[in-house]
Amino acid sequence: MEQRLQELKQEALEKVQHAADLKELNDVRVAYLGKKGPITEVLKGMGKLSAEERPKMGALANEVRDQITGAIEEKQIGLEKEAVEKQLAEESIDVTLPGRPVPAGHAHPLTTVIEEIEDLFISMGYTVEEGPEVEKDYYNFEALNLPKGHPARDMQDSFYITEDVLLRTHTSPVQARTMERHAGKGPVKIICPGKVYRRDNDDATHSHQFMQIEGLVVDENIRMSDLKGTLNVFAKKMFGEDREIRLRPSFFPFTEPSVEMDISCKICGGKGCSVCKGTGWIEILGAGMVHPNVLRMAGFDPEKYTGFAFGMGPERIAMLKYGIDDIRHFYTNDDRFLKQFARKEIR
Amino acid sequence: MFVSYKWLEEYIDLTDVTPEELAEKITRSGIEVEGVEVPAEGIKNVVIGHVVSCEKHPEADKLNICQVDVGEDENVQIICGAPNVAEGQKVAVAKVGAVLPGNFKIKKAKLRGEASHGMICSLQELGVEAKLVEKKYAEGIFNFPQNAEVGADALEALMLDDAILELGLTPNRADAMSMIGVAYETGAILDRPVKLPDLSYDTVSEKAEDAIKVSVEATEENPIYLAKVVKDVKVGESPQWLKNRLVAAGIRPHNNVVDITNYILIEYGQPLHAFDLDQIKTGQIVVRLAKQGEKIKTLDEAERTLSDNHLVITNGEEPMAIAGVMGGYDSEVTDQTVNVVIESAYFAPSSVRQTSKEIGLRSEASSRFEKGVDPKRAALAAERAAQLMSLYADGKVLSGTSAAEHMDIKEKVISISLEKINRVTGTDLSEADVLDIFRRLQIEAEAKDGIITVSAPTRRGDLEIEEDLIEEVARLYGYDNIPMTLPVHETNPGGLSPRQQKRRLIRQTMEGAGLVQAVTYSLTNQQKVTEFALEVKTPVELMMPMSEERSQLRQSIIPQLLESVSYNSARQKDSSAFYETGSVFLSEGGELPNEEEHLAGALTGLWQLHPWQGEKKPVDFYVAKGILDTLWEKLGVTEDIRYEAAKMDQLHPGRTAAVIYKGQPIGIVGQVHPVKAKELDLKETYVFEIKLEAIYQEESAPLKYNAIPRYPSISRDIALVTDRDVAAGTIESVIKQAGGTLLKQVQLFDLYQGDKMEEGKKSLAFSLTYMDPERTLTDEEVVKAHTKVLEAVKQETGAELRS
Ligand SMILES: [Zn+2]
Repeated sequence: MEQRLQELKQEALEKVQHAADLKELNDVRVAYLGKKGPITEVLKGMGKLSAEERPKMGALANEVRDQITGAIEEKQIGLEKEAVEKQLAEESIDVTLPGRPVPAGHAHPLTTVIEEIEDLFISMGYTVEEGPEVEKDYYNFEALNLPKGHPARDMQDSFYITEDVLLRTHTSPVQARTMERHAGKGPVKIICPGKVYRRDNDDATHSHQFMQIEGLVVDENIRMSDLKGTLNVFAKKMFGEDREIRLRPSFFPFTEPSVEMDISCKICGGKGCSVCKGTGWIEILGAGMVHPNVLRMAGFDPEKYTGFAFGMGPERIAMLKYGIDDIRHFYTNDDRFLKQFARKEIR
Repeated sequence: MFVSYKWLEEYIDLTDVTPEELAEKITRSGIEVEGVEVPAEGIKNVVIGHVVSCEKHPEADKLNICQVDVGEDENVQIICGAPNVAEGQKVAVAKVGAVLPGNFKIKKAKLRGEASHGMICSLQELGVEAKLVEKKYAEGIFNFPQNAEVGADALEALMLDDAILELGLTPNRADAMSMIGVAYETGAILDRPVKLPDLSYDTVSEKAEDAIKVSVEATEENPIYLAKVVKDVKVGESPQWLKNRLVAAGIRPHNNVVDITNYILIEYGQPLHAFDLDQIKTGQIVVRLAKQGEKIKTLDEAERTLSDNHLVITNGEEPMAIAGVMGGYDSEVTDQTVNVVIESAYFAPSSVRQTSKEIGLRSEASSRFEKGVDPKRAALAAERAAQLMSLYADGKVLSGTSAAEHMDIKEKVISISLEKINRVTGTDLSEADVLDIFRRLQIEAEAKDGIITVSAPTRRGDLEIEEDLIEEVARLYGYDNIPMTLPVHETNPGGLSPRQQKRRLIRQTMEGAGLVQAVTYSLTNQQKVTEFALEVKTPVELMMPMSEERSQLRQSIIPQLLESVSYNSARQKDSSAFYETGSVFLSEGGELPNEEEHLAGALTGLWQLHPWQGEKKPVDFYVAKGILDTLWEKLGVTEDIRYEAAKMDQLHPGRTAAVIYKGQPIGIVGQVHPVKAKELDLKETYVFEIKLEAIYQEESAPLKYNAIPRYPSISRDIALVTDRDVAAGTIESVIKQAGGTLLKQVQLFDLYQGDKMEEGKKSLAFSLTYMDPERTLTDEEVVKAHTKVLEAVKQETGAELRS
């Protein structure tokens, strides 16, 4: 009997060893350890044994069983691992195939520029004001010290709808309206972005419709040095910390003194190049101290209040920043143009 | 304004200041210099030559063989084709080795067998603009005066080695529209004195007022009228220096009399007019307003009809000139003129502006009068003209001036406190600093008790108020020297208004959903203006459009977006997804149209394309609708939105929905009508347009956390068979209503209307989720609620459970 058990063990272990897959292994298990298996058969003959031998044989039978079970378990782990590896090998993919595109849009470059400017001034305590694009002559011109008959308001340059209503030629009427709403009490601290219109033929540098952003600060003790400092912050944030600004005298009917602001040319570092027309400076915006007539018209006492205003063209800023050569690109919505601005520029 | 550096040197010492440095200084402290040009740049080796002999070329009719003395040991032979070349002339000779504009190098040459060692030049060949070459030399070579020095530098003699500063004058700086004005400005900048011209000359005893009587009827329009009389003038060529200066200033020389008036125009900024005295048969000048319909033939030989608000210079009977705008043809100075009347007047700016505009004629004179000339200059310019006529036209100047003056010329006195100057500029200047600046400007100023009192000279008509003085001080102190500060004041924190925040949220949502932001024009044409409009109004039209294409203000953004879509599809971009937010303009009969902010979108082609895995999803109605649904979600208004089938002319009648917000229609979403799409060369395209005002107006509800439910929910799926024309949305809202508070979610997950269905029927499958946040629902409770739902659906829509 003992020999038979040893033989069975030997036989079973060999079969376990040679099992090719989990099914074969299971067949071995059923064949040797099952209720109808040979070990059970062998044990059925235990009754013929002596009382002394019986427990010995029982222990041996259990040992054989355990050894076979152990071998099966061990083999099973190996086979399972193999099976998983095989499956993973079959499942491997070409990771260089294109991913599934997720629809993603983006902003127009003018919006990007405008929002950047808005956010910069908001961080300095400004609010954003808006107004109508179809405007009364009064707010577009008269309230800004441009009375009827003033040479700077040629009918030829504006799109009139009636004698007294026109498409605004700048966003300054928003300043006039906002000051009027403040009814002579400061502070006023606003920027006004928006569309404006001029009677120009569309070409590489002119557009009958374009954007403008203007700023206005009115309060007691607002100085020209405040204007200069504010513009300096703007220029450095917008164009880079290494840029210098300079102010030049200019003329606008609604400011006195009036200035134009240049920034140092990034391309040549101030030595002069084709972009800055050899001057080392690039004109960016117009500004000045609010004309007392403008303050008075809006109900502010020019003896008590002073203010500064500035205005710039987002198209021009975008053209300078990104090197765009034709203003018409902004209004054609050519995908080959727009998609270049899908990326966010982090500075 | 073109400013000749060499001419300017006549009034101010420019030692140690190069033209470029001067340009930079002027730009920095007052007037933008737009360019500095040296006319002779790139030209070399051109001298004055004397044509010793000139013979016809034996082989060529149009060529001449000239022997020219160029100041060297031997004469040089030059073949010249100019029709006006002749023996004895002093000419400009480009010698062998010379370089002319365009890098044109002069070499030895042979022309029809004859050697040519150089070129006799026209002014054009020396780079002078054709419009500035006097008529006499327009078709051939230029002749120097006989006293020109042979062998001398011709470029220098023509003053082409000058530097011309181009001033970009702003309208307030009319004072710098003259050489003397620029000299004052330069003097202030450099702190150097200005030398004004010496005005002495000889007169004869005959009096001007005896030769011509002057009277003014319209004294408002013409406060000052002065006439000088010069007799026995010899009309001829002007001296070379004077011609050179005119050319530098951009004026073509004519003859000495005309040239002198033009010279003074540039020198003093005072327009003058010369009449032929002998053509003024009445012996008098009367300035008056024209009669309605009165006619005059002007210098340019055009006949012009005048109105009764136009000022004219008459001989007492007929107009001889349109005051300040242009002279008349009949009284013009000609080569035969012997006796000349020079008019120097001050005409009111508004009068000249109106006349010039109404008759459509602008001249150097009118543009100066319009901006306002210095009234004091009229007399000075008249004296200068008389002087130059006696010197360069051999004229005899009659003594005195025939004048009509109705103006009390006063200097404007302006006071400002030193404190205000420093307060407005942010500087810390002393009285002495400020007074020194006015001294440099040659403006009288005095200081007393902190108050600076300034007498603004009449030449500076732009100085009127305190702020004008602040500007003078600041710009000459130097904007570079003004410190940089930030406003010191109490303000509210900055930020965006709720409306502006919502606009940005809309932008981010649209972009997140895959749309690209477009910006289009507000002006459109008559056809497009009302297309796709949510409400059609009378179009807002421009009075004077530049083109029909841009003549009216849009009432919908969609047409412009479709234009962008079609632009891109014409450039091999078959799929586009654009959105735009902007104003549309709706006339409500008020003074200003109602400007409504709209959001619009346009989508065409493929929405998703992932070819190698076989995914290809064309844009359809539900893509467009889904984008809007995402937006409602972000704005928190989903509950207030519903869609209803709708119709609009330019949209597909079966694929259009109205968007309803709180019961009010606020927009549409749909497919562009195939007929319209074909017209625009578009494939299947979907659009939407939403009025944002109502959503902007609504206060955004506060965000509040709801506890996460601790009890499980129970789902029941139902498939309903219904008539095809019953809208899924209708069934869904019936389900929601009937489901009561336990029903948390209804989701349509299947639509079937294939051949397994009875004709005219469809099957809709919904998944219903029931839940009570407070406890676990029992089966009976769910069954009860569910049964109620099914009953309601059947009763209200006829839909039955699919067996
Ligand atoms: Zn540069």
